[in-house]
Amino acid sequence: MIRSVVTALLLTVAVPAAAETIAITNATVATGDGSGPIQGGTVVIRDGRIVAAGQGVAIPPGALVIDATGKWVTPGIVAGFSRLGLTDVSGGAEGANDESADKGPFNAAIDIAPAINPNYQPIKVNRADGVTRAVVAPRAAHNIFAGQGAVIDTGADMDPITRARAFQFVELGETGASDAGGSRASAYVLFRNALREAAELSRFTGPVRSSAENGPTRATLQNPNESRIYGPNAERSRDVLLTRFDAAALVPVLQGRVPLLVHVERASDILNVIGLAHEFPALKFVIVGASEGWMVADRIAQSGIPVIASALNDLPASFEEIASTQSNVGRMRAAGVKVSIGMIDDDDAHKLFYERQYAGNLVALQKIPGATGISWGDALAMITSKPAEAIGLGGEIGRLSPGEHADVVIWSGDPLEVTSAAEHVFIDGVEQPLDDHQSRLLERYRYLPRTDLPKAYRP
Amino acid sequence: MRVLAVAALAAVLVSACATTPPPAPVVRINEDPYPSTYVRYPGVPTVIRHATVFTGDGQQINDGTVVFANGIIEAVGGPGLPSPPGALEIDGTGKFVSPGVIDIHSHLGDYPSPGVEANSDGNELTDPVHPDVWAEHSVWPQDPGFSRALINGGVTTIQILPGSGDLFGGRSVVIKNVPGRTVQEMKFPGAPYGLKMACGENPKRVFGSHGKMPQTRMGNIALARETWIKAVKYKREWDNYYAHGGKMPDRDLAMDTLKGVLEGKILVQNHCYRADEMANMVDMSKEFGYHITAFHHAVEAYKIADLLRENDICAVMWADWYGFKMEAYDAIPQNIALVQNAGACAMVHSDDPNGIQRLNQAAAKAMAEGQRAGIPGLSESVAWEWLSRNPAKALGILDKTGTLTAGKMADVVMWNGDPFSDYSRPERVWIDGAEMYDANNPHKRPVSDFELGQPGEGDVK
Repeated sequence: MIRSVVTALLLTVAVPAAAETIAITNATVATGDGSGPIQGGTVVIRDGRIVAAGQGVAIPPGALVIDATGKWVTPGIVAGFSRLGLTDVSGGAEGANDESADKGPFNAAIDIAPAINPNYQPIKVNRADGVTRAVVAPRAAHNIFAGQGAVIDTGADMDPITRARAFQFVELGETGASDAGGSRASAYVLFRNALREAAELSRFTGPVRSSAENGPTRATLQNPNESRIYGPNAERSRDVLLTRFDAAALVPVLQGRVPLLVHVERASDILNVIGLAHEFPALKFVIVGASEGWMVADRIAQSGIPVIASALNDLPASFEEIASTQSNVGRMRAAGVKVSIGMIDDDDAHKLFYERQYAGNLVALQKIPGATGISWGDALAMITSKPAEAIGLGGEIGRLSPGEHADVVIWSGDPLEVTSAAEHVFIDGVEQPLDDHQSRLLERYRYLPRTDLPKAYRP
Repeated sequence: MRVLAVAALAAVLVSACATTPPPAPVVRINEDPYPSTYVRYPGVPTVIRHATVFTGDGQQINDGTVVFANGIIEAVGGPGLPSPPGALEIDGTGKFVSPGVIDIHSHLGDYPSPGVEANSDGNELTDPVHPDVWAEHSVWPQDPGFSRALINGGVTTIQILPGSGDLFGGRSVVIKNVPGRTVQEMKFPGAPYGLKMACGENPKRVFGSHGKMPQTRMGNIALARETWIKAVKYKREWDNYYAHGGKMPDRDLAMDTLKGVLEGKILVQNHCYRADEMANMVDMSKEFGYHITAFHHAVEAYKIADLLRENDICAVMWADWYGFKMEAYDAIPQNIALVQNAGACAMVHSDDPNGIQRLNQAAAKAMAEGQRAGIPGLSESVAWEWLSRNPAKALGILDKTGTLTAGKMADVVMWNGDPFSDYSRPERVWIDGAEMYDANNPHKRPVSDFELGQPGEGDVK
């Protein structure tokens, strides 16, 4: 029944953002705000936004009603840290991987938005598993600064970018040390120098634009890549290391207009970042990784810095992760850290759908004596609203909350169970196709015996 | 010492024989020079009652009973089974009991944590033909990964393989997941060796990039065939020597391993992704008279599941890895279910120190994907075959472990819930009847030497 209703729906919403009102009824609904699932819930979508979600929600007249009895409904998964859309094939397939520019001259200036290909299979595969948005970071090459990341959606259209240049990404742990020439000490000098060069350029940011968000006197830049700070009057010192483009890209970071995502794992590195936050109070830091975060959880909480953590790292895989434990996320949460989950260097271009499995595994820890798990509601929030909040998109994506983007998934069951599947995926209120290269191969090879024509003739 | 003695004896006898033709063969090569010294740890007679039991051979017993003593499973059945005298009685109400998980494809110990250069001992990439190296000689028993596989994954048996950059990567070793000071203390008694072979991208990339053969897939096959030609000749020389005596052929470690394969004593564990390449490898095995036990990774096994069934070759698969290289482009999440449905031998594997901690969830995914695709005959009890029975078969140890069957090793996991759920974890794990993990007892948790005195030592991982 659902299927026939939705087939009709697909026909009617061929145009994105059609003025469609949809009510999903009788579902187990979890809104992604940290609360647990509620029975008999209704979710109403109109014009690509959430209108209401919960129990006792009125169904607007004329709404297309989808009866989701026995199903679960949640916000789409927001991949907290990824390389989704930058890569189709990771290795040995030149041209199919734009994660890093290891032979290019730029670093902080790199803007990965134009590298996203919405037709790559990983976007389709993750969409089919309920991942609707992703925080996408470039990979650092030969500098601690990797460049400007984006937030994308996984919709079946040619407009994947939710927010371009949504953040700057910098490596300040082991990778940062290596990129800085071999030591963390060098990385911090490079970092401070980069901010100095950005500060110098920020004086040339042209007419000061006012906005309520930033206060009346803050200099603002809409797009550092196109700003007049490259103009002839923008003089620089002679002792500069960064190109003008790279320094300019750091101006909005310096102004606190975009978050600075810092990848560190080691407890002492985390404290160093907290130290930088005191030194540069305007910067909006977000810590990425934090495998040893539990050791300094109170101090992270005190700093107010959000953390996008690897969920299950429990191996001393490197010397910056010696204290790794699956209880890390739970302990940070218990200490009051604003923690969410990302796929940091964990097949981050392909398997973002692992986040819901990882989240479920963190729930499982609640039953293990001596371990620290998280509640189901927290687990869902850590893969929906919490990464959105960390990246500055709280209130826009990640919750079934009035006014937010209508990224909605109807699941066959509890989404934190790998045995459950996404049955319907809406992005901005538009129902998405869930087929991909994999589903087509399944149909072609389901029946192996030879027939009248080769398998290449099968649909 | 033993080797020296044999050599000395050989020298004496060879010189003595010089005057008395036709000489009888006098030297027999010791085929087990690094023998297992594994000894099971003590356990108590144990009875788990009222649990849901996956026997590992396709059966599910509700309100099941599992009895083991002296390291051996004594009985598996319903609530009526008697207890041995003095047995520890465990109430398994709400719990699930299964055979210990077997990971047939791991690099623990060879690529241990921390993954630094000094510890990177998994692949002898100095030549594409290295059947002479043995993975056990690289295994670092202090790899902290072993304990995570045990306590989070319920993994009791592991095959550690050399890497896949060589056409012939070397011998594997099968271990019991019991901490040892030496790898010999971990070696699974009586498990046959495996030979790691590889086709596809890796060998041609590693060596081709150095301007060395193989640079192409046809180069892969040609070099492998040339190597088998040498192996067949080597085996003939030794067969002739053992039959008729005469001058002892020169020893060659690489050829010793391939001779073992040709004799059926060493099992071929063949890394291979694409369907067309697996077919080429099958033909190569027939050309030289050996059998491929299993294709590892086998992301396109579903395209040739019939061929695998007809040739009695197992497919070792991931649930959902895809796209990380060209030869994994056609991976589909129904692979395992389709191979199972075709009547071929299917199983999951990790190839990963994190994935090995969640193999039960990999099987859950594969089962659920198959069920959703309408593939018949799938259930949790059937899916458990992918986690223990079929890997045991492909390791040649199914007579010893892999199912909860009277007389087999008591390698047993009690889960705190349905192991096909993300919310379940091992609660207790026994290996050969010895309790190696108990979630409720902090003393029943291994800590590697490396972790002593480090932050988080002994933490619940």
